[in-house]
Amino acid sequence: MRKLMSNRLAVPAFLALLVVGLAFVMPSNFYFRVAALVWISALAVIGLNLLMGFAGQVSLGHAGFFGLGAYSVAILPAQFGLHPVIALIAGGAGCALLAFVVGRPILRLKGHYLAVATLGFGILVSMVISNEAWLTGGPDGMPVPRLALFGWRARGADTWYWITGGLMVIGALLAVNLVASPTGRALRALHDSEVAARVVGVDVGCYKLIVFVISAVYASVAGSALALVNGFITPDAAGFLHSIQLVTMVVLGGMGSILGSVVGAAVLVVLPQALTVFHDYEHLMLGFMMMAFMILLRSGIVPSLSMLIGGRRA
Amino acid sequence: MSVLQVEEIGIAFGGVKAVDHVSFRVNEGDVFSIIGPNGAGKTTLFNLVSGVYQPKYGKVLLEGADVTGLEPQTLARRGLSRTFQNLQVFFRMTARENVMVGRHLKEKRGLLAHILALPATARQNRESAAAADAYLERVGLGGYADTPAAAMPYGALKRLEIARALAAGPKVLLLDEPAAGCNAVETEEIEKLVRNIADEGTTVVLVEHDMKMVMRISDRVHVLEFGKTLAEGTAEEVRTHPKVIEAYLGTHGSKEAAVALG
Amino acid sequence: MAEFLQFCASGLTVGAVYALVALGFTIIYNASDVVNFAQGEFVMIGGMTTVFATAAGVPLPIAVLIAILAAMVIGLLLHRLAIEPARGASPVTLIIITIGASIFLRGLAQIVFDKQFHSLPAFSGDTPINIGGALVLPQSFWVLGGAVVIVIALWAFFNRTVTGKAVLATAANRLAARLVGINTSFVIGLSFVLSAAIGAIAGILVTPITLTSYDIGTLLALKGFAAAMLGGMGNPIGAIVGGLLVGLLEAFGAGYISSTYKDAMAFIVILGVLFVMPGGLLGRASVERV
Repeated sequence: MRKLMSNRLAVPAFLALLVVGLAFVMPSNFYFRVAALVWISALAVIGLNLLMGFAGQVSLGHAGFFGLGAYSVAILPAQFGLHPVIALIAGGAGCALLAFVVGRPILRLKGHYLAVATLGFGILVSMVISNEAWLTGGPDGMPVPRLALFGWRARGADTWYWITGGLMVIGALLAVNLVASPTGRALRALHDSEVAARVVGVDVGCYKLIVFVISAVYASVAGSALALVNGFITPDAAGFLHSIQLVTMVVLGGMGSILGSVVGAAVLVVLPQALTVFHDYEHLMLGFMMMAFMILLRSGIVPSLSMLIGGRRA
Repeated sequence: MSVLQVEEIGIAFGGVKAVDHVSFRVNEGDVFSIIGPNGAGKTTLFNLVSGVYQPKYGKVLLEGADVTGLEPQTLARRGLSRTFQNLQVFFRMTARENVMVGRHLKEKRGLLAHILALPATARQNRESAAAADAYLERVGLGGYADTPAAAMPYGALKRLEIARALAAGPKVLLLDEPAAGCNAVETEEIEKLVRNIADEGTTVVLVEHDMKMVMRISDRVHVLEFGKTLAEGTAEEVRTHPKVIEAYLGTHGSKEAAVALG
Repeated sequence: MAEFLQFCASGLTVGAVYALVALGFTIIYNASDVVNFAQGEFVMIGGMTTVFATAAGVPLPIAVLIAILAAMVIGLLLHRLAIEPARGASPVTLIIITIGASIFLRGLAQIVFDKQFHSLPAFSGDTPINIGGALVLPQSFWVLGGAVVIVIALWAFFNRTVTGKAVLATAANRLAARLVGINTSFVIGLSFVLSAAIGAIAGILVTPITLTSYDIGTLLALKGFAAAMLGGMGNPIGAIVGGLLVGLLEAFGAGYISSTYKDAMAFIVILGVLFVMPGGLLGRASVERV
């Protein structure tokens, strides 16, 4: 058992089983839809966790990349007739390029300066999306063309459940691969001590940039997936509040825990769905939950649980 | 030719000359110690030599080549590594992983191969792990390989830093107070280790407060006071140097000093 | 020239509000290392409470007092119920808590008050004063004057009173402050109450010009944070300079470049400044100690 737990592939394998297993107990399309939303958020959160939990660099603006990914599958097919899958890849590549360009100066900053710079970046992206209505439909959002592959049209919540679940498992697999590689060790090392990493030859700036770019691509792909699932997208996807939700999911699930990323995403996606009955009290409840979770579970759900069980690994 | 040469180096913080026109040469395979009272500028000097600080003036030459102002990671590639006075351990990683990071420059670094966990990456991980285990064994931490660094005792962490620095395969190794806070037994072990490292050809530059250890293992000793060079010579020459005794104990204590340092 | 002065006047007025928000950030940050993203909500509470109290027939001066007191109580509760229990948590966790508090307070305002925009009558009428061709609302002088009074009062508090000096001591070194017998928990609570009062006053003064609603806090907090960082986090002078600068940039940006991206100015500038000066305009370059 312990050996199984400590295997690098245990977490992605468990997540794959979870995706398959849950499909058998889903009572209705509504549940498939909510689960698909969980997988999408989880994908973005896994990427952000690589940046925050493993490399120790905060980003309060990751929804910016999420939004760009979402709008690329809306705009590129509408304006240039690109296939949605190509648009998704183009969005990911575009976000990688953007992260590469802005990441270099941003990642030189530390602590609250890094926080405000990433926050500013995210807000600028969401402002451009809201203001350039000729391209994006402005604050009202814009429709997203349906995904069709070789004449087969992706529709129905269960179809998207499988597609997004698959993307999430692949994302988790690539993330655990990265963490266990020389690159992953360099990232974890610079989290604990930048100067110690540098004196054994780790190019700290370069590695921060690498993980920033990777996490941007995760967010972009997740954003594209959300746009395709919903068939509609608004600037909220790129907004400050969404950035904060992503960060909260990372911390709530557990910094540096891939499984925690999925748990954090699940809690913060499912609970508000359950709370929609309280309509007018939605903000009140969301704010209260964020405070309560952070006060009571400050080291994150998965690390807290694994400490409780007595295992060392999360 | 000296493997490490420092020429007239200096830096000031807010008007205070922390290191002021200091020069020295270190011969290959030597243990070269830098001593001085607290606040003499020893650690600052290390930070200048290892690229953590940029010197205001002066030069650092590594194997004859000017490396002044190069970043620490570039210096690591050129063969200079170091440890820290205040522990700079990767606490979230195991002892083995800490040392594996030390192998960083020797590792194949293909991002795509890493993300896809290609067989080459698995092979690389095994190689690095084996190398790390050997270094842990060498500093006497063989039993700690799988222990998270956060759970290791202080004395072991001091040696873990040495193992990590050694794993980078340096020609010159800077050790900043490796025995600070260690008990007598641990200090003796570290002394043996340092001697052993030098005997195998790695030049060691040492900052240390334990005078007995310094006097026993150093080939040459350089004394700093208020950022300036006070004296340099063999252990014997420095020990009997009147200025050194004065710096350590004041003029009145020189008699007692002779006893204490002897 | 008249146009230039006009932009200056409106920029300084809005900038004074940003400066007060940034000052609130700085006071709390110095005392506790917490970046309080609920700072903008104090501004909202100040404005909204005054609006609803006067609408209920309470005379303006008393309504103002009620609003300031309400904000102070909420500031104290925020510290006691959300910040104090999370003592020792990581900076990111604390940021999430204060953002949670900001969302919570917004949700509360939406229920206690409503979702409409509200205004207050200007304190000294609406007849603009002509200064070199620029028309300046009398309320602008209230805002600027209020900001000046607050800054002077704070200066006196920190430099002339024992309590104020205790706050400064806590900011300089929390452990040492505790060792010399300062109740640091009290000091941190005080910094929240103080910041809440400053925010509320700013909100009351500016409501006749910019209107208020339950959700104005977020953008104010973000801009105030940017302003505080622009000046150099933890530096009160920097906070005031940063706030005024952001206000002026917005006014001139909207006037001469594009009003669509008025709200973006603060963030464009802070990114630009941080790329060149990673410690902010008045920040000190830090030396890594190893």
